[in-house]
Amino acid sequence: MPGFDFSNYNRNAALHAQGVPLPKATSTGTTIVGCIFEGGVVIAADTRATSGPIVADKNCEKLHYISPNIWCAGAGTAADTEFTTALISSQLELHSLSTGRKPRVVTCMTLLKQHLFRYQGHIGAYLVVAGADSTGVHLFTVHAHGSTDKLPYVTMGSGSLAAMSVFETQWKAKMTQDEAVKLCSEAILAGIFNDLGSGSNVDVAVITPDKTTLKRNYIKPNERTQKLKSYKFARGTTAVLNEKIIRKEDLGNFVSVQEIHVAEPGDKMEVDV
Amino acid sequence: MSSPFSINGGACVAMVGKDCVAIACDLRLGLQSLTVSNNFPKVFQYGDVFLGLTGLATDVATVSDLFRYKVNMYRLREERGIAPKTFANLVSSSLYERRFGPYFVSPVVAGLDPKTGEPFICGFDSIGCIDFSKDFIVSGTATDQLFGMCESLWEPDLAPEDLFETISQALLNAVDRDALSGWGAHVYIIEKDKVTKRLLKGRQD
Repeated sequence: MPGFDFSNYNRNAALHAQGVPLPKATSTGTTIVGCIFEGGVVIAADTRATSGPIVADKNCEKLHYISPNIWCAGAGTAADTEFTTALISSQLELHSLSTGRKPRVVTCMTLLKQHLFRYQGHIGAYLVVAGADSTGVHLFTVHAHGSTDKLPYVTMGSGSLAAMSVFETQWKAKMTQDEAVKLCSEAILAGIFNDLGSGSNVDVAVITPDKTTLKRNYIKPNERTQKLKSYKFARGTTAVLNEKIIRKEDLGNFVSVQEIHVAEPGDKMEVDV
Repeated sequence: MSSPFSINGGACVAMVGKDCVAIACDLRLGLQSLTVSNNFPKVFQYGDVFLGLTGLATDVATVSDLFRYKVNMYRLREERGIAPKTFANLVSSSLYERRFGPYFVSPVVAGLDPKTGEPFICGFDSIGCIDFSKDFIVSGTATDQLFGMCESLWEPDLAPEDLFETISQALLNAVDRDALSGWGAHVYIIEKDKVTKRLLKGRQD
């Protein structure tokens, strides 16, 4: 990895020392969960991205691709979850190309934790890593400081308490795929309705040793109804002081094409030997 | 001292219509409550792609020049213009590169896909997280007001002429309730074979 550019750091630190607050990044509130079942693993997430109290994106994607058989659910700073998963995904792809083997979930988890530990928690990525490989089905959580957990069911993000309450009351060992999908989506729904940082829809990914299915917007409990009236303005409402129209076809008028004399064959360019 | 995002003020909004997109910005440049200029556009055109930048004015100038350079280099290497989706990823990775010393800007990208003609808009936070949207994107000091205006006025499949009225009214009425934005506006309506740029009459107070 080429690494980060710190050339603005001193300027921003000087501003911060004068009492300027740090910029707020998108998404801190989230509900993400994961659960192992007989023969596979399910992860699920809500789809709300927030910037302070403002809902920045009503239908964002929090399930990130790592490799065909490994997926990640991300909470915390949105840019950090996006870029750390993309970085590790790329490293794993190169690794599997050079070894000629399918990537393992532990390898992915180890790369993630070592990267995050190196940055001492400043990269605010909180991840649920799930996948199936030659050694079986795995489910991990990775925290921003680099600690990891290996459990049969996990929750993360601001809605983790709401989601965990569902797991703690309804989880049982040796579930079927349908039971696990239902339990995970109910845990996310608990986050959507009880945690202000989470909302909108439920995304689910089911990973089995031979197939991964991404169910984008598996449940849409908060669909916006169509407006009963149109709020279109009459054309000509807005006062315009100046108008300039640029047409693609007119652009040709500003470009002149000139044929350049091409040297005859045999009339070779002089070259130093 | 106030946040670097609200020293100079400014607002920007992009919207999707039927086979067209619109992007608009206000024209104010201020120093806290003192207005320095009423001709500081925040929308920049790079070939067929449009970039709106709000935030700290020094960074708006730096970042707009940086992307002009990067897009020109792309065009020289590839011998074609940059597509909006490609440009969005360029903006995202360029901002994330400065994760621990960011530019204080909130970019907005708008354009039509050069192959399919499909409308594309997206927004970013200052460290490069992309917010893809099928309806509208807002940024700047009038964000709260713009969210309210767009959420109520926007509807799907607006024709270019109707999209112009919707985005203009959304912006003008939002900046009238923000002391740090306003002083006129630029509106770009981007269609498959033409781009219309309009200067709006706005309050000068």
